[in-house]
Amino acid sequence: MTGSSPEQENHQELPPPRTQVGVVGWIRGNLLSSPTDIVLTALSIYLLYELIPPIANWMFFDAVFADVEHRRECREIGAGACWAVVWKRFDQFMYGFYPEHLRWRVNLTFGLLFVALIPLLYDRVKGRRYLLRLPLIYPVFAFCMLWGGWFGLAPVESSKFGGFLLTMLIGVTGIVVSLPLGVALSLGRHSSMPVVRTLSIWYIEFIRGVPLITLLFVASTLLNYFMPPGTYFDLLLRVIIIVIMFSAAYLAEVVRGGLAAIPQGQYEAADALGLNYAKSIRLIILPQALKISIPGIMNTFIGLYKDTTLVIVVGLLDPLGIGRAALADSRWQGLSTELYIFVAMGFFISCFAMSRYSLYLERKLDTGYKND
Amino acid sequence: MKRMTIRSLFLAVAGFAITGLSHAGTLDDVRARGHLQCGINTGLAGFAFTDDQGNWRGFDVALCKGVAAAVFGDASKVKYTNLTGKTRFEALKAGEIDVLSRNTTWTYSRDVDLKLTFLGVSFYDGQGFMVPASLGVSSATELSGASVCIQTGTTTELNLADYFRRNDMNYEPVPIESNEEARQNYLSGRCDVYTTDRSGLAATRAALDNPDDHVVLPETISKEPLGPLVRHGDDEWGDVVRWVLNVLIIAEEKGITSDNVAEIAGQMSKDAEINRMLGSEGEYGAMLGLSPDWAVNVISSVGNYGQIFERYLGVKTDIGLERGVNALWTDGGLLYAPPYR
Amino acid sequence: MLGNLWREKKPRQLIIQIVAIVAALSLLGFFGRNALNNLELIGRDVNYAFLFTPSNYDINQHLIEYDSRSTHLRATIVGVINTALVAFFGILLATVIGFTAGVARLSSNFLVNRISYGFVEFSRNVPVLLWILLCHGVIVHNLPHPRQALSAYDLFFLTNRGVYSPKPVFEPAFWGVVAALAVAIGGACCFYRFAKQRQERTGQQVPVYWTNVSAIIALPLLAFWLLGFPVEFEFPAFKRFNFEGGLVLSPEFLALTLALGVYTGAFIAEIVRSGILAVSHGQTEAAYALGIKPNFTMRLIILPQALRIIVPPLISQYLNLTKNSSLAIAVGYMDIVATIGGISLNQTGRALECMSIVLAIYLSISLSISAFMNWYNKRISLVER
Repeated sequence: MTGSSPEQENHQELPPPRTQVGVVGWIRGNLLSSPTDIVLTALSIYLLYELIPPIANWMFFDAVFADVEHRRECREIGAGACWAVVWKRFDQFMYGFYPEHLRWRVNLTFGLLFVALIPLLYDRVKGRRYLLRLPLIYPVFAFCMLWGGWFGLAPVESSKFGGFLLTMLIGVTGIVVSLPLGVALSLGRHSSMPVVRTLSIWYIEFIRGVPLITLLFVASTLLNYFMPPGTYFDLLLRVIIIVIMFSAAYLAEVVRGGLAAIPQGQYEAADALGLNYAKSIRLIILPQALKISIPGIMNTFIGLYKDTTLVIVVGLLDPLGIGRAALADSRWQGLSTELYIFVAMGFFISCFAMSRYSLYLERKLDTGYKND
Repeated sequence: MKRMTIRSLFLAVAGFAITGLSHAGTLDDVRARGHLQCGINTGLAGFAFTDDQGNWRGFDVALCKGVAAAVFGDASKVKYTNLTGKTRFEALKAGEIDVLSRNTTWTYSRDVDLKLTFLGVSFYDGQGFMVPASLGVSSATELSGASVCIQTGTTTELNLADYFRRNDMNYEPVPIESNEEARQNYLSGRCDVYTTDRSGLAATRAALDNPDDHVVLPETISKEPLGPLVRHGDDEWGDVVRWVLNVLIIAEEKGITSDNVAEIAGQMSKDAEINRMLGSEGEYGAMLGLSPDWAVNVISSVGNYGQIFERYLGVKTDIGLERGVNALWTDGGLLYAPPYR
Repeated sequence: MLGNLWREKKPRQLIIQIVAIVAALSLLGFFGRNALNNLELIGRDVNYAFLFTPSNYDINQHLIEYDSRSTHLRATIVGVINTALVAFFGILLATVIGFTAGVARLSSNFLVNRISYGFVEFSRNVPVLLWILLCHGVIVHNLPHPRQALSAYDLFFLTNRGVYSPKPVFEPAFWGVVAALAVAIGGACCFYRFAKQRQERTGQQVPVYWTNVSAIIALPLLAFWLLGFPVEFEFPAFKRFNFEGGLVLSPEFLALTLALGVYTGAFIAEIVRSGILAVSHGQTEAAYALGIKPNFTMRLIILPQALRIIVPPLISQYLNLTKNSSLAIAVGYMDIVATIGGISLNQTGRALECMSIVLAIYLSISLSISAFMNWYNKRISLVER
C-alpha cells in the first residue's frame, strides 16, 4: 500500500511557515484572515472598548465594598456600585425569611440534593445501581426537612420561604413532579384513542397558549372559587401546583418530539415480540424517546427555573422580590441596579452551569440515529 | 421515578391542605389555628417593610400584632401574607387571611360591591403631588402637559383622571406597579410629578438624598381613609379588629403607653373607662370573646396609637410625618374612638 | 367476563375512553358547582356588564381614540393593540438579533465568535423579567431629560421620556401613492413569474431582483411627486414639561421591545446556528462540485434546507415572545394584562370576569399561531420523502 517513492522518503519534513503557527499564525488565521475579517475584528475591539471599561469601573474599581449601614455612606466613599446592600441582605437572598437557627436544614437539604444527584449525573460512580434509589426517597426527605413538623423538627411556615431557596424549591419540585405527568400527557397525545388524544391536546394547548403570569394570577386569586367552600390551600402550594401543570404541558411537547423520532419499526418490533402496550412503552419506546428528549427536558427545566421570578406578581418573595423588599427600606432606596445585577448573576451562574451540563449530556448520549 | 413523585405529591397535599370546613366564626378558627393570618403590603416604607433580620415591621404590621395580642396575648402569633394591590381582596374573600391591613382606602364599592367590612380608619390620607423644586410649580393646576408617575392597583389613577379632567388639563400617565419603581422613575426624570397618598409622598421625599429639592404641592385631590378590613358576615370577628383599633386610640387619649400599662392595670384608676378597658372592672373582655386583660396585652405589645405612629411614621423617623389630621380629636385631629363602656 | 373485556383491545379502549370522559366531565362539574356555590356564598354573580361602563382611568399609549370616559371594553381593545404592537416590533428585533448572532456564532473570526457566544449565553440565562427591568432602568436613568434632549437636525429627539420624531399627516391624495405601490408590487409579481417561465423555457435569465426593487421604489415616488407631495409633518416641540406633537415611542415600549428582542434573539441565534449546522457539509460540497457559486450555494442550497429546520422552533419562539410581553406590567406598559387584567380588574373587583377575558385573548392568539404551524408543518412534510 505505502508505495512512496524514494524522493519523498529522503525529503525532510519542513516546519510550516512562520505565519501559520504560534501567536502570529493564530492572529492571522482567526482575526485577520480577510479584509472583511479585519473590519469585523476592528469593530469587535471597539465594541469591547466601549462596553467593558465603564461596566468594570462601576462594578469593581469605583464600587464600594465596605460594610456600611446607609447608602449615603456609600456615596461618600465612591461613585460606583454600593454592594453593602447585597451583603446585608445576602442571607435573605439565599433563604428568604427562613428562621436563622434552622437554616442548617436548608443547607443540608440542598447539600444532599447534589449527593442524591451524583449517581444520576455521572455514571462512573461505584455501586451506582444502589445509589440510584437515593433520588427516590429524596423528595420525602426534603419535604420533611424544609417544612418540619416531623421527627421533632420545628415546623416552618411556607410564608418564611424566599430567595433562591424558593426558586430552587419551585424549580426542582416543578420538574420532578411534572416529568411523569408530561410523559403521560405525551403518550395520551400519541394515543390511538380519540377521546384520550383530544383531552390531552386540549390540556396541552390550553396551558401552552396562555402566559405563566396569568396562570399564576389565577392560582393566587381565583383557584379558591373552584374549590369546595372552606378549602384552603397554602399559596406556595398553589403556585407549585400551577408550575407543575404548566411545565407538564411543555414537557409533554418535548417528549412528543422524542416519541415522534422513534422509527415505526420499533413499535412493530415490540408488537412482534408480543409485548403489551404498557410493556412496549416502558421497555422499548420510552427509554429511547426520553434519551432523545433529555436536552429538551433540561431546557424546559432551565426555562422553568428562570420563570420562577414571575412568582413576584402573586406576592411570593423570590430573589427579585427580596431585592424589592430591600429597596422599600429607606436606607437602601435607589440601589436597584446593584440588586438586579446581583440577582441576574445568581441566575446566570446556575442556568449557565445547567446548560453546560445539558450540552455534556447531549454529546455523551449522541449515539442514536445520526447516520445521514 | 414515578413512584417517588406520586408519594411526594401525596405527602405535599396532605401536609398543606388545611380544610377548615367549619364556618363557626373567624375568631374560633383563628384560635384553633394558633395564629392570626394577616395580609400586608409587599413593601411600603413606614407601613410594611422588613428589617435586616427579616422581621416585618411598620404601621400596618403593628395592627396585625395588636390583633394577635388581643386574641392570643402574644403579638408574635401572626402569619403575614404579602399582597399586591390586585391580590389583596381575593385573598381576603377566599379566607386566606383573617384581616387585611394593607393601606387600603375605604370606598363605597369596596365596602358594598366587594362585600368587605371596613372597621374604622387607622390613617387619614389624601392624594397629593410631589414635584422637583427646580420645576417652579407651586400649584397642581399648573401641571397641564406633565408626565405623572402613578402607582397602579390603587384608587390613585381614578382620582388623577378625575382631577385632570375636572380642570381641563391633559397629562401623560406613567403607571408603575411598585412604589419603589415609581420613585426610581420620578427621580430619573421619567416623569415630572409623582402622585400617591401624602404619607407615601412624605416617605419618599424624606428618603431622597436632597429632600429640599422636592416640594409637595398644597392640593390634596382625594380623601383616602385607610383602615383594616374583614369579610362581610362575621360581625363578631369584625368587632374584635374594630376594638383593637379603638383601644389603641383610647389608650393614647388616656395617656396609657406600653411602658406604663402594666402599672396602670395593676391598680384601680380613678377613671372608670380605664378600668373597664384594662379589665379590672366589669366583664368587658368576655363580651368580645376575649380574655379580660386583652387590651393590656395589645397596648403592652405594640403601644398606643401615638407610639405606633411615632415609631414608624413620626417626625423622628426617615418618613418624618407630622400628626396633622391623624392627631387625636382633642388635639385638633380626626381620631375619635367611641367610648369604652 | 370483565377480564375478557379488558384483554381485548377494542373494548378496553372503549372502557378507558368512557372513564376518561366521565372523569373529565365530573372534574369540570365539580369546579363549576364549586364556583357557583362560592359565588352565591359571597353574594356575587358573573356579570360582564361592567365592560360597558366608563373605565375612569387614562392610558398613555393608545392608537385608537380613548380617554377616561371610554368603556372598559375600549380599554381592553387598547390593551390588545398595545400587546400586538410590542409583540410585532419585538419579533422583528428578535429576528434581526437572532440571525445576526446566530451567523456570528459560526464566524471564523475569533472575536466575533466569542462576543456572540458571550452575548447569547448571558442573554438567555438571565430571566426575561430582569432583562425588562434592567433595560427600562438603563433607558430611564441614562438618557437625558427632555430639556437636554439629544436631537438630530431638530427633527428627532432622544430623551428618557422616549424617542420623538416628526409624525406624517396624510392628505386624501396620499391614497394615490398607496395605489401606485400596490400596482408596483402586483407588476413585480407578474414579472417574477414571467421571468421564471422564460428561464424554464429558454434558459435565459433576466435581472428580476433589481428590476423589481427599482420598480417598487420608483413608482410610488413618481406618484408622490405627481400628486404634489400629499404629506405634511407634525413636528415635536418642547412645551412647558414635555415634547408635544409628533410621533413618540415611550421608554416602556422601548425597554420591553429591547428586552424581549435580546432575550428571544439569543434563543433564535441558537436555533439559526443549529439549523445551519444541521445541513450536512456534503450539500455544500456537492453544490461546489456542480460549479455553483458560493453565493448561490448559500441562497439556493443551504438556506432553503436550513429554513425548514429553523422555522418551526422559530415560530414557537415568536409565540413565547408574545406571551412574555405580558410582563409589561413590570415597567408599566399598558398591555392586556395591565388594562383589563390590571387596572380594570382592580377598579371593578371582577377578577373572574377580567381574567377569563385575558385568558381567552391569549388563547386565541396562540391557537391561531399553532394552527398556522400545523399547516406549515404539513406543507413542508409533503416535500420530504
